Amino acid sequence: MKFVEEYRDPELGKKLLERIHRRSHKPARLMEFCGGHTVAIFKHGIRQLLPGNIEMLSGPGCPVCVTASADLDRAIALADLPDVIVTSFGDMVRVPGSRSSLQQIKAEGADVRIVYSVQDALGIARGNPDKSVIFIGIGFETTAPTIAASVLQAEQEGINNYYVLSLHKVCPPIMKALLDLGEVRLDGIVCPGHVSAIIGSYPYQFIPDDYNIACAISGFEPLDILLAVDMLVEQIESGQPKIEIAYRRGVRPEGNVQAIRLMETVFEPAEANWRGIGTVPSSGLQFRPQYEKFDAGKQFDISPGPALEPKGCICGSILRGVSTPLECKLFRKTCTPENPVGPCMVSAEGSCATYYHYGDSHGR
Amino acid sequence: MEDKILLAHGSGGKLSHDLIESFLPDLANPILDRLDDSAVFEASGRLAFTTDSYTVNPIFFPGGDIGRLAVCGTVNDLSMSGAGPLYLSLSFIIEEGLPVAELKNILNSIREAADEAGVKIVTGDTKVVNQGTADKLFINTAGVGILPEGVDISASNARPGDIIIVSGNIGDHGIAVLSQREGLEFKVPVPSDCAPLNRLVAEMLTESSNIHCLRDPTRGGLATTLNDFATQSNIGINLEEDKVPVDKAVLAACELLGFDPLYIANEGKLVAVVAPADAERILDRMKQNKYGNRAAIIGDVVNVHPGQVVMKTSLGASRIVDMPVGELLPRIC
Amino acid sequence: MCLAIPALIKSINGYQAEVDIEGVTREISLQLTPEAEVGDYVLLHTGYAISIIDPAEAEETLKLLRELSEAS
Repeated sequence: MKFVEEYRDPELGKKLLERIHRRSHKPARLMEFCGGHTVAIFKHGIRQLLPGNIEMLSGPGCPVCVTASADLDRAIALADLPDVIVTSFGDMVRVPGSRSSLQQIKAEGADVRIVYSVQDALGIARGNPDKSVIFIGIGFETTAPTIAASVLQAEQEGINNYYVLSLHKVCPPIMKALLDLGEVRLDGIVCPGHVSAIIGSYPYQFIPDDYNIACAISGFEPLDILLAVDMLVEQIESGQPKIEIAYRRGVRPEGNVQAIRLMETVFEPAEANWRGIGTVPSSGLQFRPQYEKFDAGKQFDISPGPALEPKGCICGSILRGVSTPLECKLFRKTCTPENPVGPCMVSAEGSCATYYHYGDSHGR
Repeated sequence: MEDKILLAHGSGGKLSHDLIESFLPDLANPILDRLDDSAVFEASGRLAFTTDSYTVNPIFFPGGDIGRLAVCGTVNDLSMSGAGPLYLSLSFIIEEGLPVAELKNILNSIREAADEAGVKIVTGDTKVVNQGTADKLFINTAGVGILPEGVDISASNARPGDIIIVSGNIGDHGIAVLSQREGLEFKVPVPSDCAPLNRLVAEMLTESSNIHCLRDPTRGGLATTLNDFATQSNIGINLEEDKVPVDKAVLAACELLGFDPLYIANEGKLVAVVAPADAERILDRMKQNKYGNRAAIIGDVVNVHPGQVVMKTSLGASRIVDMPVGELLPRIC
Repeated sequence: MCLAIPALIKSINGYQAEVDIEGVTREISLQLTPEAEVGDYVLLHTGYAISIIDPAEAEETLKLLRELSEAS
């Protein structure tokens, strides 16, 4: 695959690893913010191959993992309404809410359909004019503009049975909140590549400026990740943190201006509830007043019941980089992919699922 | 004949009779033609016996349909124990309203697959159920075959040192079926690999009697089959990522949807665990068969990490290849 | 966290485009990248092009990777 395979070259990879081993001396605690990076790092065995002074921690960049039980309960309650078709990306379907899951409620007769694209949800709305089609909007800045585009398209076409439950979140505010919590001392952050394709590199400037932490925006192939790690090592060794783009073929410093414009036309910043972290100001997206007619949260009357977080689940501290799955008493015992207790185990890119599937008992 | 299947077609009366009469020419053979309640035949030696049900949705997909799948799946189950398949039973559960033309097409596929494999459908049954209680068509089969003398193939026979061979590209079938599902519309140029493997297996057995394990990696894909071998033989398996053959379009479709080809179903492939001395010979023989022409050695059996499959990545690190969990769902993250 | 893969634009019709990824084809939206042209590679995420891949930058990155690997 063009623009993919070249970045998987094992010979270049080995040489780059040798270089990192040669040049990295200071202890370097790096957080890979994005769940997709956690998966890629495990899949290619990168953790094992890095020198011992580099520690990689997973962060909260997993839209599924950070969706609060209360929000998932709302999605499930919507699916239970008559004449409603709930459409969702596959990622959310197995995640347990307080009492049920989208998959479970589908088995009980609710019309829940998995889509690859929000465009497919619009198509379902067009094809079922007598039903209300609600799309469960998860994802960060990579996905939110596509949802915004779908809303604008619905408005333009006069589709009046299409709604979105906006559970979207944005990255820079949560990164700041995490750093302000001060629970983990970080030396560098591997920044999310596709979020950055949308927002560019400027929004991360506060991290090296105010927190003295190295930043590198990384792609998802092994060489992309190793290049980002190399950049972080250089910044850490020289004591000169900054924000660098290792994924230059996909990310421009100014980002995708059109996508940002679409997102800001339909959505405005709002407080959001992050599982395991709590409410963080301006870290979520809500509909602007002129688009409220598409807001499933406002247009439907639901009472999802009290939200319950599963007992013993430490997803929260795993998402903040404070613990690893290996430190969880439930990991591999009562919490397994077949029987997940928390979202970090259900989500394909959740830390716990990743450690379980790819790592041995040392998480390496 | 009506153009849609009605409940009456399953009730045993005239309509049932007409429907069956219309099937018969497709499947004709002396045993079936007697239309007795049981098929009666002679067989001696060690027999292999299998059963399976097919509920695939959609029932037509690029490269095949539920009928071809039913015949090939049953033939392959028998072949994986080393048996030469002989006779199949065929049982339909039809949802009221299925167009007769679709049923005819499926019967056609069944006949073609049975002819290719050299097996006969010798007994059958047809039921029609109310709309909504079956998804268009379910097929159940059973199959009987004969094991040649001295053949002992089992998932528990793998031994350290054995070589693992896959007969060709993985992931074709699962991706072909997925490409037809609502909400995932994409076109893949690679059809399902659905195929009967009995002749391939027979050729492999004439080449060597040291084939220890055979399995067709259907649901759950290659990863599941290898994990089954590792568990049942209580050995470890080392796999090399770079050696596993995958069509680049199938790989692209997997990347698009967030799937790992190791977990995607195959319906015309087999995995063999063989004695190291015979591996190259068996591989060469496989490559001469059209269903084995992309066969490759992908790993070996070891006496460490029993029960686990470990894969060496292209960077030289290793990672575990675990069993899949539940249904594979497309993801955006 | 967001799966996006490079896809080649084969044809454009308004805001929709037909793309090819190693033989897999799909119709996608260019609403986020209306300036994309036939022959461009885009990063495809959930049926939308989120960014146009810059081949010059891609080559620069490869060059950088090779240089870093040679350096001692």
